[in-house]
Amino acid sequence: MNWSLFFDLTVSGLTLGSVYALIALGYSMVYGILKLLNFAHGDVYMIGAFLGYFALQGLGGPGKANVTAWFAVSLMFLASMLGCGILGVVIERFAYRPLRNAPRIAPLISALGVSFFLQNSALLLFGASFRDYGTFELIGGKTYQVGKNLFFSVPQLLTFVSSIALMVVLTLLVARTRIGKAMRATSFDREAAAMMGIDVDRVISATFFIGSALAGAAGVMFGLVFGQIYHFMGFLAGLKGFTAAVIGGIGSIPGAMLGGFVVGLTESYATGYLPQGSTFQNLYVFSLLIVVMLVRPSGLLGRADIKKV
Amino acid sequence: MASDLPERPDARDRPRVGVDEWVAQVEGRRERGRGLTGAAWRFWEWLPPFGRLGLFVVPAALFPIFTGSNTLSRFGVFTLLYVLLGLGLNIVVGFSGLLDLGYVAFYGFGAYTYGFLASGHSGHHWQAEAAIPVVVVLTALLGLLLGLPSRRLLGDYLAIVTLFFGQAFVTFVNNANYINFPFFGHLDLTGGANGLDRIDPLDFFGYRLVTTKQNFYFLLGAFVVVISALYFANESRTGRAWRALREDPLAAEAMSIPVNRLKLLAFSFGAATAGFTGAIYGAIHTGAFPGDYDIGLLITVYAVVILGGTGSLAGVVLGAIIVNCAPEILRTPNQAGWLFYGAIVVALLVKLRPWRRLAGVLAALVGLGFALRGIADAVWPRMTAGTGQGAGLAARMVDHWVLLPRHPEKMADFAYVILIAAILLVTQIRGIWRTVALVPTLYLVAFVWENRLIQETAGATRLILLGALLIGLMNARPQGLMGTARVEIV
Repeated sequence: MNWSLFFDLTVSGLTLGSVYALIALGYSMVYGILKLLNFAHGDVYMIGAFLGYFALQGLGGPGKANVTAWFAVSLMFLASMLGCGILGVVIERFAYRPLRNAPRIAPLISALGVSFFLQNSALLLFGASFRDYGTFELIGGKTYQVGKNLFFSVPQLLTFVSSIALMVVLTLLVARTRIGKAMRATSFDREAAAMMGIDVDRVISATFFIGSALAGAAGVMFGLVFGQIYHFMGFLAGLKGFTAAVIGGIGSIPGAMLGGFVVGLTESYATGYLPQGSTFQNLYVFSLLIVVMLVRPSGLLGRADIKKV
Repeated sequence: MASDLPERPDARDRPRVGVDEWVAQVEGRRERGRGLTGAAWRFWEWLPPFGRLGLFVVPAALFPIFTGSNTLSRFGVFTLLYVLLGLGLNIVVGFSGLLDLGYVAFYGFGAYTYGFLASGHSGHHWQAEAAIPVVVVLTALLGLLLGLPSRRLLGDYLAIVTLFFGQAFVTFVNNANYINFPFFGHLDLTGGANGLDRIDPLDFFGYRLVTTKQNFYFLLGAFVVVISALYFANESRTGRAWRALREDPLAAEAMSIPVNRLKLLAFSFGAATAGFTGAIYGAIHTGAFPGDYDIGLLITVYAVVILGGTGSLAGVVLGAIIVNCAPEILRTPNQAGWLFYGAIVVALLVKLRPWRRLAGVLAALVGLGFALRGIADAVWPRMTAGTGQGAGLAARMVDHWVLLPRHPEKMADFAYVILIAAILLVTQIRGIWRTVALVPTLYLVAFVWENRLIQETAGATRLILLGALLIGLMNARPQGLMGTARVEIV
């Protein structure tokens, strides 16, 4: 067995998986509360990547920044998360909230509309060409080695560690705080939660803020690791994040994290080991999804819904 | 005091307990009573079904007489293709309420299968009268195959699996040009990313359909057949069963309706319609390319069905006309200007009542424009030094009214972002302040349109407007233009 290849694939799979997991969390949280497939989520991620890029440009650009690299990276994350969070709240307020009591399909179409709108606004404002984060100039190309075969770069480590940190914070937020309790109650039964005096609208806004902020962080991570961003990047990433959420069990937070890493590793290993993996990697990921759906329709960590009549 | 109230005008047919139709129709009745829209509605209700069909078919049949082949292809042929696609999707989503997001794959499958049976690429040259039935049957079988998991999967999970089926299809056709099959060896099924080219035009018993006009009339005939079949299917026992399934699968099952069989039936009917349309599309365009069957088309077809109102056949036709023709008109900047300003004026006419308020807004708008230009001329000449991007009368009319900076790119980008914020704000404030805020917002609309959006009418602008239209329409009429509002009783 070629251990060097295996470790390479694992590292890149875990990096991709962190990005997917963060996107999946937004999908999953929104689905848990509103039972809405938020198709615009991938495009929020794309906007997040661009916000990070412009934050970096605002600081003077990679390499020429008049602040230290770490401060620049933190500012990029902050700008992107804050911006995306606000964007998510605005989207919910104007595109989904008026449709709270409409037939199920109406918010879905509205979400598609938002997705169209964001994608093409980005095309209009930022152009169709790729933008380069310039990670090399920003952080440098240093690679770390552990043992004989395990290599990883600084952005990869940063992505993995910060996504784990964000997930821990999110888990604590949902499990320990007042707003987390309210979120759990609302996702369990919205009407009952409203009757218990929970301000459901505010809880939903908070959910969108958190989910979109995570997507924004994922966008910056993607930019730092892979360098290039463009206006259409949200579509496939959104689809993968969505796959991750479903594989893990949509509506379940640990499920979304697990699903993200499963999808990232599958994609990475498929590229390395499966026949014609680099062309058909997406097909392998989708096949995995269909198999999971057929064997465990509610996902790996999801609870099966018991429907009362 | 309750006794002081006059008697309700509808006291005689008031709803009884458990009858929700009265509630469900309240919006429709309120709209129906008034003005021109009310008269149109009453006329529509009064028409028998074949009369309604004639309302579309007769003008459509006359359409090629007045237009050239290019216009006919862009407006006529594509609208009919969208209508047929929408009708197929309407069976699955509208009649039986299954969210099938892999629908476009059947369309692509139809085109590719036809291309495999009749093209210079594969070497087979079947006649259309033989190839099309084979395509339809194969697509129906594929639909059945995809429908099989739908017996186990509920609601959104079905949507997810079908969405990925569609994606898998695109990935497959994109890369299927170098698969090594056991037994057969190396086969090139789909032409990969370059697509399947040299597909034969439709050829029925030696009569070849080559011109756009011939294809258009063939499509129109196919449309009449399909929509009539669907009309009768919807009125039949199966149609009623589908509706029961859509409204409440559990109750339908309790009423001994064969839920699983009906789901499969709906899936394969929808798939067959899509496959049929796909075969025609492949033949008309003499090619099948992977990019044509991607998520963009899926969204467009969904927009067709939802815009018109799910479950309504006439709605599909109306939706297809809007969804196809509006972006096509937007392609040419000159016409785009007319459509854009026309739509705004119509929206204002409908929404701004009474007319005094409307007149006030328009007067203030005109005044604001000339005042800003005057001030800018005096203080900041750069703002009026540019030339309008648009051509034609609509653009010339606003040239002396709207600010046209010399290098508008960056400024217009910021204005675009501010405009979005302004529109969102206008929807939030109420009363007189909304009217006041409307004036600068409308001016900003014209500014952004003339300086930025009009340059991209063939690309981003069309899709931005389509996205905005979808959001706006869902907010205003979640049930679609011709759909009926349903009230859920808990």
